[in-house]
Amino acid sequence: MDFGKSPESPEQALAWIDKHGGKMSMYVNGKPHQPSECEFFESRNPANGQLLAQIPQATEVEVDFAVQAARKAQPKWENLGGTERAKYLYALARLIQKHSKLFAVLESMDNGKPIRESRDIDLPLVIRHFYYHAGSAQLMEKEMPDHQAVGVAGQIIPWNFPLLMLAWKIAPALAMGNTLVLKPAEYTSLTALLFGEICSEAGLPKGVVNLITGDGRVGEMLVKHEGIDKVAFTGSTSVGRKIRKAIAGQKKELTLELGGKSPYLVFDDADLDSAVEGLVDAIWFNQGQVCCAGSRLFVQEGVADVFHKKLKARMDKLRVGDPLDKSVDLGAIVDPKQLDSITQLVQVGLEEGGEVHVGSGELPDSGCFYPPTLLTEIDPACRLMQEEIFGPVLVGSTFRTPDEAVALANNTRYGLAASIWTENINLALDLAPKIVCGVVWINSTNQFDASVEFGGRRESGFGREGGWEGLQAYTRLRHLSKDCLQVLESKTGILKPATSEIDRTSKLFIGGKQTRPDNGYSYPVFSAEGKKIGLVGHGNRKDVRNAVEAANTAKSWGKSTAHLRAQILYYLAENLAVRTEEFAKRIVSMTGENSLSAIQEVELSIRRIFTYAAWADKFDGGIRGAPIRGVALAMNEPVGTIGIICPDENPLLGLVSLIAPALAMGNALVAIPSEPFPLSATDLYQVFETSDLPKGVFNLITAKHSEIAETLAGHMELDAVWYFGSSKQSASIEKASATNLKRTWVNHGLCRNWKEAKQGEGKEFLRQATEVKNIWIPYGE
Amino acid sequence: MKTQPLPEVKNHRRIQHCRLPNKVKDQTDKLLRNSGIKLDLDWVTSVQANTSAIERRCKTLPGRRSIKKANQAAWLLKSVSCIDLTTLSGDDTENRVRRLCRKGRIPVRADILQKLGFQPGSITTAAICVYHEMVRAAVRSLEGSGIPVAAVSTGFPAGLSPYSLRLSEIGESVKAGADEIDVVISRRHVLSQNWNALYDEMKAFREACGDAHLKAILATGELGTLRNVARASLICMMAGADFIKTSTGKESVNATLSVSLAMIRQIRDYFERTGFKVGYKPAGGISKAKDALTYLSLIKEELGNRWLQPDLFRFGASSLLGDIERQLEHFVTGHYSASYRHAIA
Repeated sequence: MDFGKSPESPEQALAWIDKHGGKMSMYVNGKPHQPSECEFFESRNPANGQLLAQIPQATEVEVDFAVQAARKAQPKWENLGGTERAKYLYALARLIQKHSKLFAVLESMDNGKPIRESRDIDLPLVIRHFYYHAGSAQLMEKEMPDHQAVGVAGQIIPWNFPLLMLAWKIAPALAMGNTLVLKPAEYTSLTALLFGEICSEAGLPKGVVNLITGDGRVGEMLVKHEGIDKVAFTGSTSVGRKIRKAIAGQKKELTLELGGKSPYLVFDDADLDSAVEGLVDAIWFNQGQVCCAGSRLFVQEGVADVFHKKLKARMDKLRVGDPLDKSVDLGAIVDPKQLDSITQLVQVGLEEGGEVHVGSGELPDSGCFYPPTLLTEIDPACRLMQEEIFGPVLVGSTFRTPDEAVALANNTRYGLAASIWTENINLALDLAPKIVCGVVWINSTNQFDASVEFGGRRESGFGREGGWEGLQAYTRLRHLSKDCLQVLESKTGILKPATSEIDRTSKLFIGGKQTRPDNGYSYPVFSAEGKKIGLVGHGNRKDVRNAVEAANTAKSWGKSTAHLRAQILYYLAENLAVRTEEFAKRIVSMTGENSLSAIQEVELSIRRIFTYAAWADKFDGGIRGAPIRGVALAMNEPVGTIGIICPDENPLLGLVSLIAPALAMGNALVAIPSEPFPLSATDLYQVFETSDLPKGVFNLITAKHSEIAETLAGHMELDAVWYFGSSKQSASIEKASATNLKRTWVNHGLCRNWKEAKQGEGKEFLRQATEVKNIWIPYGE
Repeated sequence: MKTQPLPEVKNHRRIQHCRLPNKVKDQTDKLLRNSGIKLDLDWVTSVQANTSAIERRCKTLPGRRSIKKANQAAWLLKSVSCIDLTTLSGDDTENRVRRLCRKGRIPVRADILQKLGFQPGSITTAAICVYHEMVRAAVRSLEGSGIPVAAVSTGFPAGLSPYSLRLSEIGESVKAGADEIDVVISRRHVLSQNWNALYDEMKAFREACGDAHLKAILATGELGTLRNVARASLICMMAGADFIKTSTGKESVNATLSVSLAMIRQIRDYFERTGFKVGYKPAGGISKAKDALTYLSLIKEELGNRWLQPDLFRFGASSLLGDIERQLEHFVTGHYSASYRHAIA
């Protein structure tokens, strides 16, 4: 009683390649594009090593041509309006549906994934993505009136889901009125090029979608190209980091969807058989070449032996073989190079110890195959537990308590996804917010839908794809200023005290206490007339270290109730209000502004705190319309610990505009106030001290922005850094942020009118202060 | 329509390579009959069944396993040999039962069997399943065929007749010549989580069966949750059931893949922990050859090949056979078949 073979025919896909004489063209400006002198590289079927096609390697000329085509097409595409763009997206969805088998077979031949997966998972998701975004385009003008297209997107996608990642990139970009240049991975260009033909068939205006092929060099040229406004990358963390650095300071929007080492937690009350089956979908889906693969298995000690036994028995039933065979579970690894890398990593990793079980199913005699593998007794200290293997290799360990499960789950540089298996809803819903990641699957794994966001935290990248949040990545706000910010220098003057008052030296504010700066230095602050009006501590990198440490002990702020945070903000506003006059005077004396304007700044600051106190319990998440019986939550979580370098202008309002939303959303902060006018901030200490804000939630370091910006941006325990100062630090901050790939929000030297509500407050600030976490909760008895 | 060439000798060989159902019977190890174990409530209450996850597995299975051509023909013949050909109607008569039994002896037209490389008479259904009053007629009609008679019992289908009558009904059927007794459980014991009562009842049924094999019908469509289904499965095995069976065919929801998965996972665990192999019988609602293949795939994947023999797997079905015959004829002729070309039961 064997299953036998039931192969899907490759004929139509081969015929499509033959139609092009085996030599493919890029797709630029609405036409197949083949440069006159061009190098080609080979695309092979990893299952049998057969040559599928020759793919052209783009050069600077083609990159430039494609970007120019996209630039030229962009305004017209955007101005078509949502409904017209929706029609095109709808047509694309329909056409892909009509050719879905060809796409699926071609994908499996090019990538090596089982036809079941390309046919039953990838293609339906691709089609769904275009339908969903046809809807997004339709609704854009009405629902997102403040948003406009970013412009031209440069998109680079990986080889593990060639067509699906293309859809994730292209559909939202087009919906929001952007045009784009996309580069598929060099191993897997074919379905992208077939998609190019579909664009022509759909009558898409020329230049809206441009597809260029080649290796990493082409990607590098593309992201650095000055005609690009937005870079979207899915791929390895190391390349993501390079991109972050390469485009630092170029005013390009960036979203990164990078690697992962996602935990898979099995509790002793779980349906163990179903949890075993879940692993088949977690780590043996697409041969484990999935960024969000549940690759770290943690089983509660009491059931670990039983669970591992069940798992091994299940592994022995897995069938590895010809990707076009409809009865295989695992197909081929994408390329011999990747196979080598998996083999190497496992071999070297096992020198540190561990138990190996390999699925007993047969492997084909030739081709690029790796067996389903389980490595148990792998501990956090092991390389295999830390590094992404990107193959069908599961590493496992055990845990004792829910707290320990969370600790193990979070003991990683990555933060993409997590699966939690338990029949106890209290446990599941308690744990879901505690795991640092973008997606949590309860009693399930690897669930995707266009309506549900996907993306990571930490070194798994930033930005979301899918859902409402995904649209943010392809839009920018209309009302932001394009004017350059004037650099404000610190005032200088004489070091004589201005009055005969008692000397007041402002210290730093760290861990709820006023502390002296580490280096023992202070610097004077002069009034607009050049009189010394105070001394402030000269903060340095060690003060940053101390402040971040203090902030990280205050993380429970993020878990306190929104009501409590609102109350504290109201209290803060109240305490500030009674000192309006004093704060206004301080602004006048530092900046030389007229007192009316200064009073207005203080009053606006109070109002702004009120605004975010109001938002604290109203910036809700949502429930997404995923096609499951269950709910897919989109929950707004605090980003974590944020370093904020405040604007030099509007010394009080600038600071308040940034810290109030961050505090309201539950973040802990390390703020650096206006460099020339720091006293409005240091005057706030007493307001904070009397407003019940838990210690460590807000920390302030007076410092020279240029001295401290990179330290802050490079600090690996900070989850985000914001920069609104007037010195030209945006580029160096973006560059330094690549250390742990923290989120950055910088002004690129452009000004912002803090007094105007459209620029100075609103959802833009709340979004920057939050991360969306999607929690999939299937239900049913 | 592309016509398929008539199968040649090559095909026969391939089928034979796939282990012929009638020969397999001889090759398999003799079953050690499940004698049951003491009721282990800790085990029972630790059993979980996550409905969404189970459904997901079932939904993806047909896409994961596809059985074509000669393999499919072999699997379909295997299905035939696992069918409990059934009639359970108020209007059953002895002649009607005789007709059914004849079909059980000759389930597939001789010429089709021959083309598949089988001697006529070499393939029969696994059993004939009837009400008690029809047992004698069935036994008579099946004389010499080796096909066992199964009787539904214990106040089938609701199981709500007096306890003493339910018990004695088993004895009567055994006396009348039934080799297998399909008993219904008291659903109320499951719904009120009265596991002791369910265990005791099943144990008494088993004793009443003597040497006759006991199939415990859970009536899964009336148990409310998959968790209940899984726990009830385990109790019945602990009490000594030889088979666990989904349904009477009279509930509004009968055999489903989800219910099957929940039940056979318990069979697997029971075997792992006690060494006893218990059989599985989905009944009701399986009428297409394609469904039969999916069920067999599920059994193969979750329990393994040993459970693909009629001593451990049965289909409780009446119309399934007709569809299988049509598919087999399609395989040997290359043309889609018509139902009137095949004998009715």
